Amino acid sequence: MKRSSLFPYLIWMILFIVVPMFLVLYYAFTIPTEAGSTWSLENFARFFEPVYLKVLGRSLRLALISTGICLLLGYPAAMVMAGNAFSRKNVLLLLFVVPMWMNFLLRTYAWLTLLERNGAINVLLTSLNLPRLQILYTNSAVVLGMVYNFLPFMVLPIYSVLSKIDKGVVEAAGDLGANPFRVFTKVVLPLSLPGVVSGVTMVFMPALTTFVISRLLGGGQFTLIGNLIEQQFLVVDNWGFGSAISVVMIVLILLSMAIMSFFEGEEKDVALW
Amino acid sequence: MVRRKLVLIVLSLVMLSLGLTGCGQEKPTLYVYNWGDYMDEDVLKEFEKEFNMKVVYDTFSTNEDMYVKIKSGGSTYDVIFPSDYMLTRMLNEGMLEEIDLEKIPNHKHLDPRLMGTVYDPENRYSLPYMWGTLGILYNTTMVDEEIDSWDALWDPKYSKEILMLDSQRDSIGAALLRLGYSLNTLDLEELAEAGESLREQKPLVLAYVLDEGKDKMVAGEAALALTWSGEAMYGISENEDLAYVIPKEGTNIWFDVMAVPKGSKNLEGAMQFMDFLNRPEIALRNTEYIGYATPHLAARAMLPEEVQNDRQAYPLDEDLEHAEFFVHLGETLRDYDRIWTEVKAH
Repeated sequence: MKRSSLFPYLIWMILFIVVPMFLVLYYAFTIPTEAGSTWSLENFARFFEPVYLKVLGRSLRLALISTGICLLLGYPAAMVMAGNAFSRKNVLLLLFVVPMWMNFLLRTYAWLTLLERNGAINVLLTSLNLPRLQILYTNSAVVLGMVYNFLPFMVLPIYSVLSKIDKGVVEAAGDLGANPFRVFTKVVLPLSLPGVVSGVTMVFMPALTTFVISRLLGGGQFTLIGNLIEQQFLVVDNWGFGSAISVVMIVLILLSMAIMSFFEGEEKDVALW
Repeated sequence: MVRRKLVLIVLSLVMLSLGLTGCGQEKPTLYVYNWGDYMDEDVLKEFEKEFNMKVVYDTFSTNEDMYVKIKSGGSTYDVIFPSDYMLTRMLNEGMLEEIDLEKIPNHKHLDPRLMGTVYDPENRYSLPYMWGTLGILYNTTMVDEEIDSWDALWDPKYSKEILMLDSQRDSIGAALLRLGYSLNTLDLEELAEAGESLREQKPLVLAYVLDEGKDKMVAGEAALALTWSGEAMYGISENEDLAYVIPKEGTNIWFDVMAVPKGSKNLEGAMQFMDFLNRPEIALRNTEYIGYATPHLAARAMLPEEVQNDRQAYPLDEDLEHAEFFVHLGETLRDYDRIWTEVKAH
């Protein structure tokens, strides 16, 4: 491609990615004073107080749990879709994608009414003389909401990588005497790692920063890092602290991506994202 | 409620596009920016007809959304409807135009209790539109006793049946009032005490909610909820088992105002519109449509007996003896935020 044709993209990226990033950095490293603002690390110092570290710890824990569950559920689903055994794979693929066309907030509200005390699930359970399910406004409901909303982000990249694996390689492994388990652990799994890495990243990042799911399904009882940032900008009007938390998040996500790419090895060219 | 808001947003978009296609005539246009579902929109049509003006009506769902849109300067509105604390913020930042009370003769009908408040002592910038209190909405089938105190929200009897507001000023405010302090306190020890009592309360709380709270109460999902009177009246109209009370320790009086943002290109029309909204029959229609309490005394006098004398919607002076307005806290807001984060992270 000619250099000049890159120009519009460059402008776009500078305007909407680079400039905002610098604004976030600026707000994070300054505090307002009477004369204007001055450079300071105060916002970061505040983040390392126990109460905020606790929020960070909880966010990391819930995001890790959700990512783990998404991986456990998503990998087999992706394998089924990529395999030959299932002839209607397009239907299955569609079923994973269609919910994403619907508004994210509506899907989360739907769980709110499904899970409530007199909601659909409990009406069904009590009519079958089963005990009520009381998970709304708990950590479990938050994890459920994250898994439900982010599962497609895990399935799709894994599926895309799995379906590109040369069938000949798998057959060759079988011909050379490897049993199906060995074929999976020695051939399929390593080849699909780039997809897993993309999937994990795609789920982990939004799970770490969500604030809607924790507010609606967690009943606002479990402040996550996303809620904290939202609150700083909308309620407290403390953009400096909000930006500082965002910068910490960016650093954390960059770190986790660095760790991921270490595992990713040399198969980068297959990665979807 | 959310669905209703969505419908309204779609409707206002449609109206906006209709409005754009109708250009060309010399009719002046009035841009109005209000909360979703916060005006009987037939009133707008009558105004258009009578004053030969075109009204473009947009809606917002939080004060902050409205603030950002006005602040960014991308759009010019002529009449907006901020809440009390947002009024202070916009005044501090010089974002409002002075209004001319002589051109709004109907302001004489407004309740003197809600005129000349701390926010705008001489009503040079704003007039009250709707008002209410902070209190407890409870389900009489789930609560046997007479509720009259904030203590009810701390009663272990109602463990996991209590809804609090996911709003720092309101929830901390209730805790402060219960302890006998001002809900505008700047005393950090009093604040810490309120924080401590909210942490103690947390195991009893089912959830910290906002808009969805009244739907939860209507559906019988909780026994007691900290809520605003306007929301409570809506809840009661949907489920007659619900009742609302202003606790004896005190309450917060909140109100939404009408004001004119700087940069309005139709100041004259804005004054005419504000006067129109304060005509008794128009104010009556709006309060009946919204269900919130009106500060318009003549409109109130025309409401059905049981509504205008409803002591919960229209509290008597003695009920408001310990009532306070929210005062802008300045830097101390950050301490409120810290306390609230500690409660929520607990």
